[in-house]
Amino acid sequence: MVAADTLAVGSLVVGSVFFSLVAVVGFYRLPDVYARAHAASKSETLGALLGLSAAAVAFGPGAETFRLALLALFVLVTGPTAAHAVVRSAADAGVVPWTADRAVADGGRADAGVTGAAPAADRTDGDGGRP
Amino acid sequence: MTPSPLTVDVLLLGAAGLVLLGGALLGRIVLGPTAPDRVIGINVVGTATVVVIAMLAAALGEPGFLDVALVYALLNFLLSIGLAKFSIERGGVL
Repeated sequence: MVAADTLAVGSLVVGSVFFSLVAVVGFYRLPDVYARAHAASKSETLGALLGLSAAAVAFGPGAETFRLALLALFVLVTGPTAAHAVVRSAADAGVVPWTADRAVADGGRADAGVTGAAPAADRTDGDGGRP
Repeated sequence: MTPSPLTVDVLLLGAAGLVLLGGALLGRIVLGPTAPDRVIGINVVGTATVVVIAMLAAALGEPGFLDVALVYALLNFLLSIGLAKFSIERGGVL
């Protein structure tokens, strides 16, 4: 018979590794920096929170719980904030977001280029269909 | 409370899995293709490192490791903000 705390730690660790795996797969599969930041900031933050919870359960109640809660709060605040800052600087630097029609024009693979890489005619009707 | 040997094994296995995932992400960081991609990838690896340090602290019964993890998380955040602010585009971030 497996003890209850071992079961809790095990499921939390499995969840942590799973969501980190989702972040890594998203990082490999998604087409541009904005989508990759989405995968990184959401899946990885949830995976980190689950992993820190597993450590807290393994430590049991005490001073370590407070420090791990502090660490979890910090990770929760700073992960998305850092991703937001990087993505905003990328947008200021002129990285063009991936769209399906330009991906077809580029042969299925749209590397996130900086301004000037996309032809000017593409940008004028770039928001095709959107209000 | 000292964790049971099975709990220690589970935590060490989870830490090893996170280390492997971080190593897999290094390939994407090398591929790029742009600087923001690499910065975000390094940020993800740093977050995984923080979790690995916390899991090792629980598995080995060393509460002092948690201070290391806290400082590592601070440095990780500072790295991303600094690179976003000064390496990619000067000013206007955050």
